Amino acid sequence: MKTKGTKNTIIFILVLIILVVLALFMLFPFVWMVLGSFKPKDELFAVPMNLLPVRWKYTNYGDVFRKIPFANYYVNTAKIAVLSTLGQVVTCSLSAYAFSKLHFRGRDALFLLYLGTMMIPYQVTMIPQYELIRNMGLLDTHFGLILLHWFSPFGVFLLRQFMLSIPDSFVEAARIEGANDLRILGSIILPLSTSALATLVTLKFLDSWNDYTAPMIMLSSKMKYTLQLGLRTFQQEFGVEYTLILAGTTMSLIPILIIYIFAQNYFIEGIAAGGVKG
Amino acid sequence: MAAKKSVSAYRKSQRKTAILFLLPNLVGFLLFVVYPVFRAAIISLTNWNGFKQMDFVGVRNYVSLFSDSTFIISLQNTLIYTIVTVPLSIAFGIVMALLMNLKIPGIKVFRTIYFLPQITSMIAIGLVWSLVLAKYGPLNQILMALGNSDPPKWISSTKYALTSVEIVSIWRSMGYNAIIILAGLQGIDAVLYEAAKLDGANAWQSFVHVTIPMLSPTIFFCLVTQMISSFKVFDIIIAMTQGGPGRATNVLAYFVYNKSFVDSRFGYASAAAFIMFAIIMFFTAIQFYGQKKWVNY
Repeated sequence: MKTKGTKNTIIFILVLIILVVLALFMLFPFVWMVLGSFKPKDELFAVPMNLLPVRWKYTNYGDVFRKIPFANYYVNTAKIAVLSTLGQVVTCSLSAYAFSKLHFRGRDALFLLYLGTMMIPYQVTMIPQYELIRNMGLLDTHFGLILLHWFSPFGVFLLRQFMLSIPDSFVEAARIEGANDLRILGSIILPLSTSALATLVTLKFLDSWNDYTAPMIMLSSKMKYTLQLGLRTFQQEFGVEYTLILAGTTMSLIPILIIYIFAQNYFIEGIAAGGVKG
Repeated sequence: MAAKKSVSAYRKSQRKTAILFLLPNLVGFLLFVVYPVFRAAIISLTNWNGFKQMDFVGVRNYVSLFSDSTFIISLQNTLIYTIVTVPLSIAFGIVMALLMNLKIPGIKVFRTIYFLPQITSMIAIGLVWSLVLAKYGPLNQILMALGNSDPPKWISSTKYALTSVEIVSIWRSMGYNAIIILAGLQGIDAVLYEAAKLDGANAWQSFVHVTIPMLSPTIFFCLVTQMISSFKVFDIIIAMTQGGPGRATNVLAYFVYNKSFVDSRFGYASAAAFIMFAIIMFFTAIQFYGQKKWVNY
């Protein structure tokens, strides 16, 4: 009995060591990034390396704002992410309600079309999307980018799957009492779908915040850039200012990190549902 | 008769409501998602340069792609990248999931940490990792401290550039696989383990004969999603190597981007995009048929 206890303890400690080593491996680039963002330039690649800065250089952060319109990037990214997400929630919940609670001919065929398009790689549609946005005169505008986010098939899919699990009898009962469908959606279905909505919101916010390709194609004025685009351009233009790149990258991650800490489950559920682009 | 009429009137009003509810999303969906697929198919049969020039060239773009050495290399690189990253990131994911499935207080903290790269933008990851992998970056300094006097030049060497991207990609996606597989593990009925124990199975035997078969649908799901996303790999390439050095990390999605928005050969790029699409469909189909053979539901 005693030997079995010791054996279990050893296994437990071994497991714990592996877990911690893996965690360190996952965290290392982040830790190195944050510490590096406080180092003077010549310290970052000093041999032998120091994990901690020898001389802390807090001015790196201010320098990022002086070199590039970083504050603009922040505001632009936040604006695009918030408006993209809001519009998407509206159009997708209306559609999802129709697909799950209303009966009409061709419903399943139309839904299948929605599902089918989820397999299409962005590379196929990006050129015609660019052409459309250009013809609409929305090239180099934030609205053009936001518009493209409003009609994702994924949002329809996610909400529809959830709404299917809400019993139809709730809808029938409300109808008998004379409520119209907009009312039913707003006061019964959506309040019951908060977890699916939260998943969609966190996920789409993340998606839009982290998106690089669409802003790169659609935006050309520097002042209109998003964080991802700005960071990448920063790297191209000030390639040797490594510590500033690290400071900028750190700052770009903070909002997402905060949301992640508070809404972790929604992120994980959403990403597990397959809502992230490659 | 009256009842029947009211049912059909009710049905009719539902159809009207349905159209109104569908319309906002449907209009945009048809315009920005469905139409572009057909438009891209047409563009792929032309020599469109983004402006006026747009002559029908038939399947010439598709034919020329297969004698374009850069396209062939990007195809090869994408395949190598997929073959290396997908199995490894799933294997690591299984190990992580098994560890996280143990009843240890505070185990949730590890879940948060392992999943962290998944919420971080590819651009941020690429920027930071390309510095981690720099000549005197922390990784090489660790390697030198361990006695490797001539560590690889990672992203700046033709030989190791693709490997570097693969390492970062595995680092990023294994936490994703772990979370999915963990959910699968937790869905396995405990009765099965008890039955295996009663039959005298040891831990390894019950892993091989209970865990793995019961987990196969989950592993299959990871396989499909990971393969599809690795065929579309792009952001990490842009942030770390821009397809280089030379053509060492040129992948399909990068090829499409380069041919379209850099070289203005939109017809040619669209043809490449469709080949990419066909490959994704092909592998998805193979996996769906293969599933019947080895997935145990």
